[in-house]
Amino acid sequence: MKSFLFTGCIEIKELLGKKADNEAKLMELIEEVPVDSIYYHMHSYFLHHSYIVEPFPHDFANWVAIQVRDKVLGEKLSAITPWRNKNLEDIRNELIEIIDQHLSDIRIVPGVIYGHPFYFMKSRIIEVPTGLSASSLGEFRDILKVVEASAIYNHIFEARFRVKKGKSDFAFWLDDEIKAHDLAEKIDMIDAYMYSLEGLRAKLISLCNKALGE
Amino acid sequence: MSGQERTLELYRGVAPAGTVDLLYRLADRLKGKSLLHVNSTRWGGGVAEMLHRLVPLFVSLGINTRWEVLEGTPLFYKVTKSFHNALQGDAQNITDEMYKEYVRVNKQNAQKLDLNADVAIIHDPQPAAFISQKPRNAKWLWRCHIDASRPQRKVWQFLSKYVEKYNGAIFSLPGFAQKLKAPQYLMYPSIDPLSDKNKDLGPEEVQAVLRRFEIPTDKPIILQVSRFDRFKDPIGVIKAYQMAKKYNDCYLVLAGGGAADDPEGAQVLQEVRDAAAKDKDMFILDLPADSNIEINALQRAAAVILQKSLKEGFGLTVSEAMWKGKPVIGGFVGGITAQIMYGATGYTVNSVEGCAYQIRYLLNNPDSANRMGAAAKEFTRRNFLITRHLVDYLSLMIANIGV
Repeated sequence: MKSFLFTGCIEIKELLGKKADNEAKLMELIEEVPVDSIYYHMHSYFLHHSYIVEPFPHDFANWVAIQVRDKVLGEKLSAITPWRNKNLEDIRNELIEIIDQHLSDIRIVPGVIYGHPFYFMKSRIIEVPTGLSASSLGEFRDILKVVEASAIYNHIFEARFRVKKGKSDFAFWLDDEIKAHDLAEKIDMIDAYMYSLEGLRAKLISLCNKALGE
Repeated sequence: MSGQERTLELYRGVAPAGTVDLLYRLADRLKGKSLLHVNSTRWGGGVAEMLHRLVPLFVSLGINTRWEVLEGTPLFYKVTKSFHNALQGDAQNITDEMYKEYVRVNKQNAQKLDLNADVAIIHDPQPAAFISQKPRNAKWLWRCHIDASRPQRKVWQFLSKYVEKYNGAIFSLPGFAQKLKAPQYLMYPSIDPLSDKNKDLGPEEVQAVLRRFEIPTDKPIILQVSRFDRFKDPIGVIKAYQMAKKYNDCYLVLAGGGAADDPEGAQVLQEVRDAAAKDKDMFILDLPADSNIEINALQRAAAVILQKSLKEGFGLTVSEAMWKGKPVIGGFVGGITAQIMYGATGYTVNSVEGCAYQIRYLLNNPDSANRMGAAAKEFTRRNFLITRHLVDYLSLMIANIGV
């Protein structure tokens, strides 16, 4: 049986030098920026605010709600979460469709008056082994308690989207190596965008405890 | 354990769990590589202060790190002061002779100093033209610490000719990014939790400072620490305090410096003193530059800390206050919006009225204030400590060298 090697990550944030100060410009730039930038803005707050859940689940929704003060569009955009079988181009299209429909409905272009523009960024992830490995469910659960939060991000979000494995590294290992099929499925069903990384850690540990009968 | 290793070990209980080990693992990938920092002064100013703390930590990670300092002429420093002001948006008159002096001093220093290193971080505009002497195969990054959101076009056109030649440019806020062909990176500034300004103080040390300034402790203290500068809006702070005080009795402490060597600062300080003259519950402290322990103690004694700036670069005083476990009410400007998460770690405000309201809210809801203060400390631990700054630099080295 293969052990599970916990790998953390660090993020290098790159500025694209593109900014939007109203919702039409936001839509135009969402259409043109590299897909890595869409990924970054859909996920950035997980690594930065690993224990706080923001009002909306990604940068686009937070910007229109907080900086433009257009809560209606913020709520509409918050419905988009890159989960299940969506790829990043699907998400880009969904974002554009929702903004476009919203602008058609209200017939004005809301923009920032007192707030900040939206600055487009992207990131590069560098994987860093933690030196921790598990070869049983009990060990896996115990390491989850102490491993740095970036490892949870790496194995859940990075694995699914950048590496395009379709499901999390945790679910793969539990399914293939530990044969804990039910637990693997439950982990894959977690709506990860509703948690901070620390919240996600607690949820994972709780599911492992249940599987261990504790 | 060697003395050098101990330097980093001191951060083990302070930085987020796992960070020190992460730093060692990153440094392992850079074994045998060398790093060079270049700036324009060994003492005085935020960059030198930061390098004094960062360089020993790089060394303690086993990275062969040197720090070189450019030596200029009075005219050169006049030019670079003008560059600094122009990058911050102030109109400057820079003559051809001044540009020539900038290039001449850069060339002379670049030939004199040892610039051999795998990676070099060149800080701010003063040594930016060193790039012309970059050794082949070395990777050079230009670190801009200045609020460059609205630079004067002519000066930026001149400097960008050099910046374009770097392997990348590093800015402190997304809004400072420029149109450049070179990659641009975001790196927030940081505070050192073990420095005099941020280290833990016992209650007796805090009380001793309050006694020295004759600040009583029978009412909650509202504090703003900042230079006496109009952009820090000290008069707005006094107005907000006066509005809040109608409902909640409290003291206001405005602590700062910068008035001694800045004519405008002296004028602002006088206006603040005039505004405070008839209120014995207001304390205006004009502190010397090295009052780190005093500022630390005042922040720890305060119930609510303000940074009601009207314009701000990053605002390290906000991170310092948050590190003391205090909710901060800050102006909705610059880097303050990256530090304060509204309602979670404090409040950002747009007006005197908004500031007064949030002071009242926090004074009347100490449980909320404590909860926000605890979240503020944790947020700062994870995002704005010097250990995160080290992680950022090491990861950029790794990305640029390709190890």
